[in-house]
Amino acid sequence: MNKPSGGKRVTADRVNAGLARRRAAEKRFRSVGLLSLLVGLAFLCILFFSIVSKGYTAFQQTFIQLDIHFDEQFFGTETEHALEALLSADYGGLIRKSLRAQFPDISNRQQLRQLYDLVSSGAVYQLRDRILADPGLANQRLKIWVPASDDADMLIKGHIKREVPETARRLSDAQIAWLDALEAEGRVSLKFNTAFFTNGDSREPELAGIRGALMGSILTLSVTLVLSFPIGVATAVYLEEFAVKNKWSDLIEVNINNLAAVPSIVFGLLGLAVFINIMNFPRSVPLVGGLVLTLMTLPTIIIASRAALRSVPPSIREAALGVGASKMQTVFFHVLPLALPGMLTGTIIGMAQALGETAPLLMIGMVAFIVDIPTGIFEPATVLPVQIFLWADSPERAFIERTSAAIMVLLGFLIAMNALAVMLRKKLERRW
Amino acid sequence: MSVVFESRFSFTSERRKGERRRQSRASASTAIVPREERQTVGAAAVENPRIRCMDVNVYYGSKQAIKNVSLDIGSHEIVAMIGPSGCGKSTFLRCLNRMNDTIDNCRVTGDIFLDGQNINEQSIDVVPLRAKVGMVFQKPNPFPKSIYENIAFGPRIHGLAQDKTDLDEIVATSLQSAGLWNEVKDQLDQPGTSLSGGQQQRLCIARAIAVNPEVILMDEPCSALDPIATAVIENLMIELCAEYSIVIVTHSMQQAARVSHRTAYFHLGDLIEVGATEHVFMRPMHQLTEDYITGRFG
Repeated sequence: MNKPSGGKRVTADRVNAGLARRRAAEKRFRSVGLLSLLVGLAFLCILFFSIVSKGYTAFQQTFIQLDIHFDEQFFGTETEHALEALLSADYGGLIRKSLRAQFPDISNRQQLRQLYDLVSSGAVYQLRDRILADPGLANQRLKIWVPASDDADMLIKGHIKREVPETARRLSDAQIAWLDALEAEGRVSLKFNTAFFTNGDSREPELAGIRGALMGSILTLSVTLVLSFPIGVATAVYLEEFAVKNKWSDLIEVNINNLAAVPSIVFGLLGLAVFINIMNFPRSVPLVGGLVLTLMTLPTIIIASRAALRSVPPSIREAALGVGASKMQTVFFHVLPLALPGMLTGTIIGMAQALGETAPLLMIGMVAFIVDIPTGIFEPATVLPVQIFLWADSPERAFIERTSAAIMVLLGFLIAMNALAVMLRKKLERRW
Repeated sequence: MSVVFESRFSFTSERRKGERRRQSRASASTAIVPREERQTVGAAAVENPRIRCMDVNVYYGSKQAIKNVSLDIGSHEIVAMIGPSGCGKSTFLRCLNRMNDTIDNCRVTGDIFLDGQNINEQSIDVVPLRAKVGMVFQKPNPFPKSIYENIAFGPRIHGLAQDKTDLDEIVATSLQSAGLWNEVKDQLDQPGTSLSGGQQQRLCIARAIAVNPEVILMDEPCSALDPIATAVIENLMIELCAEYSIVIVTHSMQQAARVSHRTAYFHLGDLIEVGATEHVFMRPMHQLTEDYITGRFG
């Protein structure tokens, strides 16, 4: 025995001498932990602040009020070809006419073109849809709000600075003067940007919307969930409850763990090779995207599900086996219900990962410029993160705020998914 | 079989200890088998056994946990298995309903006959076997479901009940036989895990009874319970042995003495001595048995 010389007094002295050092070490450790937590929170706040401050303006859009006369000469009412006439009428001419009437003293061709540029090229479709919905409007004079072009929008929102010399900005002095004149008349207004939520992608920022990418993400994730959850859970149950433990099962376990760490773009290449080149599925479709993301998510779900199964106390299995339940009855009546909350958590983590995944989808062509909103898993689509990537890549100033707005939508989607998972888990969890 | 072994063999009293020592010393030359001897002494076989085990060996990997054990379990009797920790009594118990199958590297050799059928053959289906040989575990392990569901699970998977009323009947009678009915009849939809430890263990016994087994195995059923709950369970065992054969593993020699008809003493994988409980405790024939029950080790 290694007793300190001098008996109990010395022992107590030594313990006391060390106490201050031990307390200091504990205090240091705690402050380091607190500090790292604060740093993490600070960066999170910076992230949210930067996204929201840049993106919130995208939820509003500048509209210009125009006096439109749905002239009878364009429509030829009461004829057999009324619909055709309505579809092919020159709505752009109506808008130009209205703008000329607003500023009668402009005669220069170049200046007129600049004037016309203040209104979005999508305004014609708005007029067309309006008259198609209600042909009775023909031959009437109406005040109609049409979207302004992205440059006009940026000026109104203050993203284009007036102080910048004319040659260095996208709007000329004359255009700014006309916009000011319109604004003075109360013909310029910021309204809620519904187009952002109802339109697909577009080259014109004021017409570009998130709907196509949102639908693409929902369809792709549905395919992923429908495939990866049952396959993942079944694999985990088999490996954990039924498979004989030997070196083969060890090998499989190691490989599944490795798969979870494989870079996602590799899965994209695999999907390209297998689903598109060999199986001849169409490119850019949510089906292939979902299949690729399933491959990517499976290891996560399997690992989480196995952990959940392992955490079910063995006494429950013994109890069921002891009354003569077969292995399958034991698993399905007793083990699986207890493991399900944990499995769901793993699935949600995997799905959240899949929702944010971009790289593998680039490989299978989901990066294409797709305007139409997909309605099925065989239609070309893109997904939210890819849409963000595409918009971030676009040169127009107005796409900056739309990029941030799309990130907000993506985060909102993610939060909704997690909330759903928490709710499901609460419901399924047996608290007794 | 209504013989109730009250605590006739109290080991706390010094007087009795001394008395037994004198007895064993007196008969030392003939009755006491030396410590080195590993052959089972006593009567391992009985007339018309329910379960007959012959030369059972159990291996965990290369380690042998049970060595050539032969033991009979008679009808309507309670057999207690005692011995120091790690002596293999639980392992042996789990051979009787093939629970050792669930352990990956566990191998059981030898013959175990239940109703003339060798249940240790690989071709035997363990599902009907475990319906015949029920089990109660050391720690109460009710399913995290309602009391009713706990009992109804077994009958339901084996298809014992024709309809709902039949199942209700089975649940009620099982709880009655386990002496739990009066306590829980108004709260059958409550979770089984909300009961006290002793009630949970009786719920587990009721669950085992519900499939109408022939033999009930109990692996230290009272080790997690207080003395009052233990007494309730012990009385229950004595009542139940009118209908079932019971094999109980216990660390408490008093318990073995109180409830069992026969006692088997295990030591490091060997069945050292087996015989009528009174004989094993009053006049052990093997030196190791005497060492254990007099508290010299274990």
